[in-house]
Amino acid sequence: MSTATLPYDSEMHERFSELKPSLTSQAAVIEANRCLNCFDAPCTSACPTHIDVPGFIKRIASGNLRGSAQRILDANILGGSCSRACPVEVLCEGACVMHRYNREPIQIALLQRHAMDAFHDAQYDVPTAPPNTLDLHVACIGAGPASLACAAELQRRGGHATVIERRNLPGGLNTYGVAEYKLRAAESLKEIEMIRRMGVEFRFGAGIESAAELVALENEFDFIFLGVGLGAMQRLNIPGEESKSVINALELIAAYKTGQLHQVSGTVVVVGAGNTAIDAANAARRLGAETVYLLYRRAESDLPAFDFEYEHAKQEGVQFLWRRQPVAIRQEQHGRLLLDTVQVKQVDRTLLPIPDSQFTIVCDMVVPAIGQSPFTQLIQDTRRIEVDNGRIVADPLTGQTGNTRYFAGGDCVNGGREVVDAVADGKRAALAMIKAAEAIYA
Amino acid sequence: MPDLHVRGFAGGIDSPNPFWLASAPPANTGEMIMRAFDAGWGGAVWKTIGEPVTNVTSRYSAVDWQGLRMMGFNNIELISDRSVETNLRELADVKKYYPRHAVIASLMVASNREAWHEIVARTEDAGADGLELNFGCPHGMSERGMGSAVGQVPEYTQMITEWVKEKARTPVLVKLTPNITDIRTIARAARKAGANGLSAINTLNSITGIDLDTFAPRPIVDGKSSHGGYCGPAVKPIALNMVQQVMSDPQCALPLSGIGGISNWRDAAEFILLGCGTVQVCTAVMHFGYRIVEDMAEGLEHWMREKGFHSLADFRGLSLSRVTEWKNLNLNYKIVAHIDEQKCIGCDLCYIACWDGAHQCIHMDRVAGPVDGPIELHEGPSTVEWRSRTAVAVTPVTRSERAVDPAVHGPYTTPLARIPRVDESECVGCNLCSLVCPVDECITMNRVDTGLPAESWEQRSGGECVQNPNVA
Repeated sequence: MSTATLPYDSEMHERFSELKPSLTSQAAVIEANRCLNCFDAPCTSACPTHIDVPGFIKRIASGNLRGSAQRILDANILGGSCSRACPVEVLCEGACVMHRYNREPIQIALLQRHAMDAFHDAQYDVPTAPPNTLDLHVACIGAGPASLACAAELQRRGGHATVIERRNLPGGLNTYGVAEYKLRAAESLKEIEMIRRMGVEFRFGAGIESAAELVALENEFDFIFLGVGLGAMQRLNIPGEESKSVINALELIAAYKTGQLHQVSGTVVVVGAGNTAIDAANAARRLGAETVYLLYRRAESDLPAFDFEYEHAKQEGVQFLWRRQPVAIRQEQHGRLLLDTVQVKQVDRTLLPIPDSQFTIVCDMVVPAIGQSPFTQLIQDTRRIEVDNGRIVADPLTGQTGNTRYFAGGDCVNGGREVVDAVADGKRAALAMIKAAEAIYA
Repeated sequence: MPDLHVRGFAGGIDSPNPFWLASAPPANTGEMIMRAFDAGWGGAVWKTIGEPVTNVTSRYSAVDWQGLRMMGFNNIELISDRSVETNLRELADVKKYYPRHAVIASLMVASNREAWHEIVARTEDAGADGLELNFGCPHGMSERGMGSAVGQVPEYTQMITEWVKEKARTPVLVKLTPNITDIRTIARAARKAGANGLSAINTLNSITGIDLDTFAPRPIVDGKSSHGGYCGPAVKPIALNMVQQVMSDPQCALPLSGIGGISNWRDAAEFILLGCGTVQVCTAVMHFGYRIVEDMAEGLEHWMREKGFHSLADFRGLSLSRVTEWKNLNLNYKIVAHIDEQKCIGCDLCYIACWDGAHQCIHMDRVAGPVDGPIELHEGPSTVEWRSRTAVAVTPVTRSERAVDPAVHGPYTTPLARIPRVDESECVGCNLCSLVCPVDECITMNRVDTGLPAESWEQRSGGECVQNPNVA
């Protein structure tokens, strides 16, 4: 089965124009020449996949663009989407020594994108070992970044990986969940097409719902990689939540990214203040909402989102309401929503409502964005894999779980980090599986 | 106010400042030279006058370096393609309008006495303040027995210079080619023939590069190329060395007009410190235009004021006595590198340079605990790199994960683990780390008192060095 593509929508394309346009060839060379080529570079250390950043940058400077992309892919098969989706301010670019030198860090993300775009546009293939160099067959459950990285690494080294996905498109949050102005779904799919060409097999529409299905996989494959991500977004648990105008942040983002949602109007209230909340709030603005409030139960100084995401949201026109919690959602007579809120104060570690601080917001959509629920019950119950606080317990160095035939990585292990963290997990797990397989044969 | 005037250079050439256009495209026509004088140039050596040539296209190529254009520049253009009459008529005009500026005529004609006598007479009649004999052009003209074909043979140089001196009433400068084993042999011949001054250096034979798609060297002329003359910032060190060689040799030292990669006042000051009376510029003007002379003059003036120099003569040749043969250098002088922890940005280029390019005496051991001593006691680059490449790193998603832990970070802006340390007991004081360090004054080379008196190799070996037969 081919990795399908999405129809091109020029209006959405324009509304969600890229935050950072790509570099021209000459600008890329100028920027690449600015890199000091540090030894044991801090950018490389900061990257969860340890991309050889100076290595790929200096290849851009020398005009070895294909080698540059190859260098990136050696460490991170999703180098293209990571160049767009990574919060580089707290990763490679944040670690750049230029902060202590001439202040502006090297634009690593844009350089990486420059190399990766050229690679993908030319439809180059990633060199792989001859198929079945290793007699190793692995099922990767979930087609998100962790599974894709695991599968690609196995394939690259001569093993064989099958990715099993319940949805119709691969990519997980890369395709369905990253703000379109950062990473277009079409770009994510292009990247996965490259992985498919490496020989990775995809099974779509194949949710693993029962213990029997897991047992079948155990019979078919040597190892199983769990890259299942997190479950649905958590509910607000307030009256009126079942209204059809209440749509959670991930649903909202997935809907507009896949062309199901083209417009939002009136007033939108996003509840929560993580990076996904901000993505949803910005999306609502770009989809046409006149007023977007972001409701957060704590103070501005507690904001969990990255600083640059907060700044971005303010630029998009999102308004923040601090220390305020939703209490109930009511239907207004003309079809709008009434969101009752209350001011809260923190006493020790608990939040207490302040008397007489009730305030009702008349709005058209409420978007809960207060985190995702765990998705791992089945695994815990039937396959003897330890789950702690909703997260699969796995060795951080290998991704191996208590059940030695199961490895895991990405959000289902770390509780929700970045694409690049998932890629690093998937890669480590693949290497560990190869090592484990070799140990068995030896 | 320091005085930049040049007075009586090479026996009689005056100019308002030492900055002259070299004989090259920027000094091709009277109109150009007058604009250059308006911009502030003190003199110009006219693009070589002789029998007009036919040029090829293209003519120039360059070596770029890390995004900067024209670090080195190359040309296969010949001498003036305009008639002698046109050039001399314009030269007369320039002298009429700019009587106080130096206008030197660069000359190149066939190697016979009559031809040289004739061109010298005509040029001086037109009003040139001096003559520069082009014995240096390395491409094209040399195939016709002129240019560097003359300047590579002391006898030819001497002969033609003597012909010119028979006729000339103005100062005669001989322009030297660097495409020779020892530039002093030609300088001596010129001096013997009575030349009043020298110009050095002309361009170096070069092929600047090859087009990797067509396989043709640049500059490409219908799919082929020819070696050209290399100049620009890249050749300055070669020029400085040759200037020093000439000016330190009593048998060839003459008033010298320095040439070779001069782009700013610093370069000019360096040539003058090695004995040059004037300097000539071409590539920098071809790159940026005549306007660069403003900063050259201002910068030199400010520097002279700062140093207390009133005239060019006050510092001309001051550095000559600082150049000596290796055998005279003090073997007991010792310096070691020191890294300023406050300034270090943690690029660790000094570390890898010392390990792979020097003497393995910079270490990443501030956290583990400093250890001095030979290489066996230290972790090499591959271990250092392996450690960070195998460490598990995660995106710091929460505020507390993003917070810096002072205990791990250390007392400086740069994390302690990334600040290299010099093992002074092993440091040989080679300078390499301080050269690769991108931060000014971060790595300093500090003197260590060895407690030993100065001693040269000459002294230590009792004067039994092998003599270089070429050194007089």
